[in-house]
Amino acid sequence: MQLKINPSEVKDIVEFIKNYDKRKIKIMEVCGTHTMSIAKSGIKTILPENIKLISGPGCPVCVTAINRIDEILTLSQNPKVLIATFGDMLKVPGSRQGFNLATLKSMGAKVEVVYSAMDAISIAENNPDFEVVFLGIGFETTAPGTAVAIKEAKERNIKNFSVFSMHKFVEPALRALLDSKEIEIDAFICPGHVSTILGIKGFRFLADDYKKPSVISGFEPEDILTAIYKIIMQFEKNIAIIENEYMRIVTLEGNEFAQRIMEDVFEPVDDIWRGIGIIPKSGMGIKDTYCDFDTVKRFDIKLDFKDKLTICKCGDIIKGKIEPKECSLFAKLCSPENPIGPCMVSSEGACAAYYKYLRF
Amino acid sequence: MEEIITLDYGSGGKKTSSLIEEILLPKFDNSKLNELMDGAVLKSKGRIAFSTDSFVVSPYFFPGGDIGKLAVCGTVNDLLMCGAIPRYLSLSFIIEEGFKIEHLKKIVNSISETAKECGIEIVTGDTKVVEKGKGDGIYINTSGIGFMEIEGYAKARINDGDVVIVTGNVGDHGVAVMSARNGFFLDTDLKSDCMPLTNLAKTIFKYGREVKIMRDPTRGGLATTLNEFVEGTEFSIELIEKDVPIAQNVFTACEILGIDPLYSANEGKIVLIASKDIAEDLVKDIKNLPEGKNAAIIGKVTSNHKGLVVLKTPIGGSRILNKLTGAQLPRIC
Repeated sequence: MQLKINPSEVKDIVEFIKNYDKRKIKIMEVCGTHTMSIAKSGIKTILPENIKLISGPGCPVCVTAINRIDEILTLSQNPKVLIATFGDMLKVPGSRQGFNLATLKSMGAKVEVVYSAMDAISIAENNPDFEVVFLGIGFETTAPGTAVAIKEAKERNIKNFSVFSMHKFVEPALRALLDSKEIEIDAFICPGHVSTILGIKGFRFLADDYKKPSVISGFEPEDILTAIYKIIMQFEKNIAIIENEYMRIVTLEGNEFAQRIMEDVFEPVDDIWRGIGIIPKSGMGIKDTYCDFDTVKRFDIKLDFKDKLTICKCGDIIKGKIEPKECSLFAKLCSPENPIGPCMVSSEGACAAYYKYLRF
Repeated sequence: MEEIITLDYGSGGKKTSSLIEEILLPKFDNSKLNELMDGAVLKSKGRIAFSTDSFVVSPYFFPGGDIGKLAVCGTVNDLLMCGAIPRYLSLSFIIEEGFKIEHLKKIVNSISETAKECGIEIVTGDTKVVEKGKGDGIYINTSGIGFMEIEGYAKARINDGDVVIVTGNVGDHGVAVMSARNGFFLDTDLKSDCMPLTNLAKTIFKYGREVKIMRDPTRGGLATTLNEFVEGTEFSIELIEKDVPIAQNVFTACEILGIDPLYSANEGKIVLIASKDIAEDLVKDIKNLPEGKNAAIIGKVTSNHKGLVVLKTPIGGSRILNKLTGAQLPRIC
C-alpha cells in the first residue's frame, strides 16, 4: 500500500516523536474521525510514554444526551411519525436497556436511514401521510446541510417535514472542558472537517484565550503525525499558536456560505451534552422564522435537561477523563454487537475504535 | 419476441426436456450425464472430498466473470483447499420466470468452459423455475467431489516462525461486483479475479506437509481468513500492511467507496501458512504461474498475541485486524 507523503519524511517524523522524551504532553484530538484514524494507523502504539493522546467530545452521536435519545424513542412510537436518521443513531440505547431505534423499528416503528437531510425531504414527499422527522446530529460540519434542507422545505412549502435539531457548536464544549479544569489538556489536534467550515479563525481561541498549542489536522496518519510533531515544536519554542496542517483544504476564513446559512437558520441555545451537562449557548436551536420545521415545537416536546444516570462511563470518555478500557463494561458487557453506550455504537466513538483496533 | 424461461420449463415435462436436450446436454456431454438417470453412479479411488455452495451473486454478469463461472470455480476451489483434485460436479438452477434464454445460454456456456478448464465433469443436475418476483433472475447450486491428493491441512499444525503467503493481489472480486452493481467506475479496468485455483493448488500440493493450512479468502476477505487460521490457537499472525499486494485501481476504488481491501472478497487467490524453510522456493514456484505473478510473503506467525491478527502499519505502528463484523456487502458470490 502507498503512503500519502514522502516516506522518508514520515520516517523522520516518526523517529523524532518516538525518541522525544523532554516533557509530558497530553494532546486532545477533538474529532471522532481523528480518533478512528489514530487507532487504525497504530499511532498510539508508537508514541513514547510521555506523549498521550486523549479523545475529546467530537463524536456527534456520543455527545447526544440520553434524554434526547429517550425523547426520540418516544416520538418514534407516534404512528404518524417516520424518523429519518443517519445510520449511527440506530443502535444508541435509551434509558430502558435493550430499546433503541433499531429494535423499535423491528417492532413496527417507521425508521429510515438517510445520508443527508435532503434525503429526508424526498422521503417526506414520497410519504405524504407521515410526519417525517429528521434527526439533526453533528457539529458545524453537518449543520449547514440540515440548514439547507430546512430552507428548501420552507421554499417548497413541504408540510410534513421537520428537524429535531441536536446540532452543536464545538467551541463552547472545548471552553467548558478547559474552564472546568477537571482534566489536564496541554494541546489540541483540531478537527479538520469543522475547520473546513469555520476556518482557522474558528479555533484561534485555544491559543489566544487558553495558551494551548493547537494544530488543525487532516485525517491521514501522516497528517496526524505531522500535527503531533508541530505541537512538540511549539513546546520546544515555548509558543502557543494555532497552526494549519490541513492547508490543502482549510482556509483562514473557512466556508463563509456555509457559515451564513447556519446563522440564517440556527441560533445558539443552551444544550445538554452527555457527560458534561448543560453548556450555555452550545446547541443550535431552529430560529422562529423556521419554527414550522422544528420538531420540538411541532410535537410540543418538553425537552428534559435533568442529569440522567447512565450505567456506562461514556460521559467520562467523551471528556477524555478515562480511556475506554477503564470502563468496567468495556469488551465485557459492552461490545459493538451489544453496545451499552454511544461511544461503542458510533463509527467515530472512542470505545468502538479501541474495541476494533487496540484490544491487544 | 425474445425467448424467455416460463414456468413450463421447470414442470418436468416437455419444455424441461427441451431445455436439457437443447441447451444443457450439448454443452456438458459425458457418459454419466447422458444416461439421464435420477443420479450419477461414479467411480472413486480411496478417500474423497465433498463440498457444496450456492451462488446468488448480483449482478449475474460482472466484469471478469459471471454466475456460471463463479459457480464452477467456487466449488472446485473449495475442493482444492481440502487437498483434493476436483472430479465431479452437480449443477442445479433456480430460475425466475421471464429470464432470457439468451442469458441462460451464455451462463451455461461459461459453466461448460470453466468445467473443461478445471478437468471436471458435470454428472448430475436439476432445474426449477419460480414465479416472476419470487427470485432474482438466476440462482445456482453446485456440489462437487474430489479425490484426495494430500491430507492434513489444519491449523493445529501452525507453528511459531511460519510465514504467511498470498498468491496475488487481494480484494479484486468484491470491488468489481460492488462497482458493477452500483454502476461505479464503469470506464475502469476493475475486474473480478474469479478463476479456478487448480494450477496454483497443484504447485502448493508439491510442498506436502511443509504447507500447514491454506484457504481461498472469499467472503470476509484476507483479514477474516487470517483470523480463522489463528482463532483459538496459541499463535498470532503479524501481517505487514505494505507487503500485501493490492492493485492500484482496487486500492483507489476502495478509498472512494470507503471499504477496506483486506475485507473485500477474492475468488481467485489462495492464502496459506507454510514453514519458513521452503517459503522462498514456494513463492518462486507460484510466481512462475501467470496467475501467481504477484505472490508475496505478507507476514509471519508469532506467539506474541495469542489468537489475534496484528497489522503492522506503514508508519510502523500496530493494530488489531479483526474478522469482518457488521454488515458485509450482500450477494457477492
